[in-house]
Amino acid sequence: MDILPILATLRRHKIIIWLLMLEIALSCAIVCNGVYLIVQRIHRMEMPSGLAEHELVQIQQAPITLPPDRYARAKEDLAALQQIPGVEAVGMTNQVPFGGSSSNGNVMLGPTQPHPTLNAATYFSENLLPAFGLRLVSGRALGSDDYVNADTVLKSLADGSGKGFPMPTIISQALATRLWPQQNPLGKLLWLAPKANFRVVGVVATLARANAYHTATAQYSMIIPLHMGADKDQSYLIRTRPDERQRVLAAAAAVLKRADPARVITHARTYDEIRSDYFQDDRAMAGMLVSVIVAVLLVTGLGIVGLASFWVAQRRKQIGIRRALGATRSDILHYFQTENFLIVTFGIVLGMALAYGLSLWLMAHYELPRLPLSYLPAGAIALWLIGQMAVLGPALRAAAVPPVVATRSV
Amino acid sequence: MFAYYLDLALHSLKRNKILTALMVVAIAVGIGASMTTFTVLHVLSGDPLPGKSGKLYYPQIDPQDARGMMPGTLPPEQVTLIDGMNLLRAKRADRQALMFGGAVPIRPDSSALDPFYVEARYTSADFFAMFDAPFLYGHGWTGADDEARARDVVITRKLDDKLFNGADSVGHTMQIGGNTFRIVGVLDDWRPNPHFYDLNTGSYNYFEQVFLPLQTALELHFEHNGSNDCWGNGTGGAGGIYPSASCVWLQFWVELDNPAKAAAYQQFLVHYSEEQKALGRFQRAPNVRLDNLMQWLDYNGVVPSDVRLQAWLAFGFLLVCMLNTVGLMLAKFLRRSGELSVRRALGASRRALFAQLLTESGVIGIAGGAGGLLLALLGLWMVRHRPSDYAALAHLDPAMLLVTFALALGASLLAGMLPAWRACNVAPALQLKSN
Repeated sequence: MDILPILATLRRHKIIIWLLMLEIALSCAIVCNGVYLIVQRIHRMEMPSGLAEHELVQIQQAPITLPPDRYARAKEDLAALQQIPGVEAVGMTNQVPFGGSSSNGNVMLGPTQPHPTLNAATYFSENLLPAFGLRLVSGRALGSDDYVNADTVLKSLADGSGKGFPMPTIISQALATRLWPQQNPLGKLLWLAPKANFRVVGVVATLARANAYHTATAQYSMIIPLHMGADKDQSYLIRTRPDERQRVLAAAAAVLKRADPARVITHARTYDEIRSDYFQDDRAMAGMLVSVIVAVLLVTGLGIVGLASFWVAQRRKQIGIRRALGATRSDILHYFQTENFLIVTFGIVLGMALAYGLSLWLMAHYELPRLPLSYLPAGAIALWLIGQMAVLGPALRAAAVPPVVATRSV
Repeated sequence: MFAYYLDLALHSLKRNKILTALMVVAIAVGIGASMTTFTVLHVLSGDPLPGKSGKLYYPQIDPQDARGMMPGTLPPEQVTLIDGMNLLRAKRADRQALMFGGAVPIRPDSSALDPFYVEARYTSADFFAMFDAPFLYGHGWTGADDEARARDVVITRKLDDKLFNGADSVGHTMQIGGNTFRIVGVLDDWRPNPHFYDLNTGSYNYFEQVFLPLQTALELHFEHNGSNDCWGNGTGGAGGIYPSASCVWLQFWVELDNPAKAAAYQQFLVHYSEEQKALGRFQRAPNVRLDNLMQWLDYNGVVPSDVRLQAWLAFGFLLVCMLNTVGLMLAKFLRRSGELSVRRALGASRRALFAQLLTESGVIGIAGGAGGLLLALLGLWMVRHRPSDYAALAHLDPAMLLVTFALALGASLLAGMLPAWRACNVAPALQLKSN
């Protein structure tokens, strides 16, 4: 196919061609970046928690009048929940991964370090490993001797005595690797306050934080053996078989109500619901991006159909003359297809630059990583396909123009 | 003349139904998507207290220890209990309120209702007047009630409806966390969005139903909900145990009637910091900020970044739709060069032709705007059914309705301008001859 005559024709329709190229370029930029954003959101939604997610339910209660001894109340509650048939493990924690409401601490590697090394989630919890279904990769689990009441620790910190420290802690693999790369973390010390230090006794494979804003720091977590007592900020966690979850939840609510009728069950949900709630905005955003990409491609495609139809109608006579001079139907068909291919290609070249620029702008404003170059060909292929599909109808109509048109005057 | 152009335009549009539909739909979809996202952005970045927000300020001071101090470090976003009480009692502003949030259990008198928890705000007397909170019945408590740790409570209309079937409950008592409180006021519907005075609770659609004096709450150990930031050996507390002295966890707001007073107040904050440093409580050089309400919202970036991104995305989409429409119109107008040349040859001026063609694109714009409006209403309905906390706020207001039509008409006229200008510049004689 000879390209030069096509280029010569295109030069006669400069403005329309420019408009079409701009439209294609803009579509290309939106599609490339949009697809990348969708992939990012999907990655985010798949962020691992480290938990046996489908076997877990959470129940939160709030007392109407404070119990005389909240530690005793928590102990009774845990024992009662453990008695429910089908319950495999019961634990208690101040936060759950992706639960939203979080508790975090600034981690230091010495008591006088001027700036904290990093910020990590602090799980104040009981029996967390079996209840969450966490995988211990090294060291030991926490035993009943390790636990102290929250009041004792608060008092020790308030009077500055530091009594009871260092306490044992279990940290996530990600935190261990970040704090002590290439070293055995077991036995190492870390500080959350000048008087509050912790000795690493175990490492779990994965444990995400409650408020995982950034993927890079989402897995920095530590588990501290504290009795927090029964209050409305603590959660009971129950591990059971997936098909038993609803029954166990109902039974747990009943058990807690029976132990103290003057309390309110504020949350009773499966862990699957927690995850789904946490990532709802990401899901909505991904959905919106998909619709915009589809709409952009559709509008661009229909625009190409419209313009190509016009050109075909406008050039009926010239097509007839070409046919009369011996051009075959496929010559005409290929002419329009090649023309479209050229325009789309110019548009894509412009679009690549635009896509890259857009990516830089997004990086500056939305803390997004740079658009990987592999997305550019994907966008290009999408637009080539759309272009060829859109032009096919008008081009076939052009090919159907009979040579006799050439002999008609108007 | 305009009626004639309109007639010509409709005639021309009818001749090419599919193309017309394509242009109208492209504008409608572009406008619909943009207006949906712009409306959400507009609602979320709105002023929660129009007319008042310029006089409300959020003072920040820096009570942290010297460890880790770096030049340019921003002061903490809340205050400690000690500093809050000091600033409150100093009364250096026209009005001031110290506060923190929580949730309290309520045991209704009627046995038909189960006990339940509601969100609560523990604050000081000026709160209601400062934030223009409207009273349905009664009034707030006084500064003397604050110091006396009075068992006074202000409830919302919603809670009043629930507990007293909407009757004037002022003077009645209610049980909060096992304590008897006297109702002194009932607030009418009051839903400042974003929840500007405490952004730690979630920025949108968070409403307390119970307001009671801060010092009363402290005395009764009502639970604290919100964030706290500690340094040194400070601990965040748990349940009814409050964060320790080296933690910031309360919000402090002041009302200052004019910029001169704001400047003076900022100076006061510096003096206060110096004084506290001299006393040995503060270790850092004075590090203060005094944002007004809108600056404070901006500083905290309350509008979700996703919402901004969606608005940009929709705007990009609108651009694609516009380019599409310009291209199609250009093709269409140029195709009619013959007809236009005849009109020119018969004496129509360029200006007349231009007006005629713009009328045609204007008709497309209005049709597209109407379609866009319907799509925007549909889009906002969809947004409202999303689970986000701001979802319920997504309603089209009259201003955005006007913007929708202005944008659609403006966009289509702009889209028609270039094609019309090109088409008018066709040389009549040449065009007629070639035909």
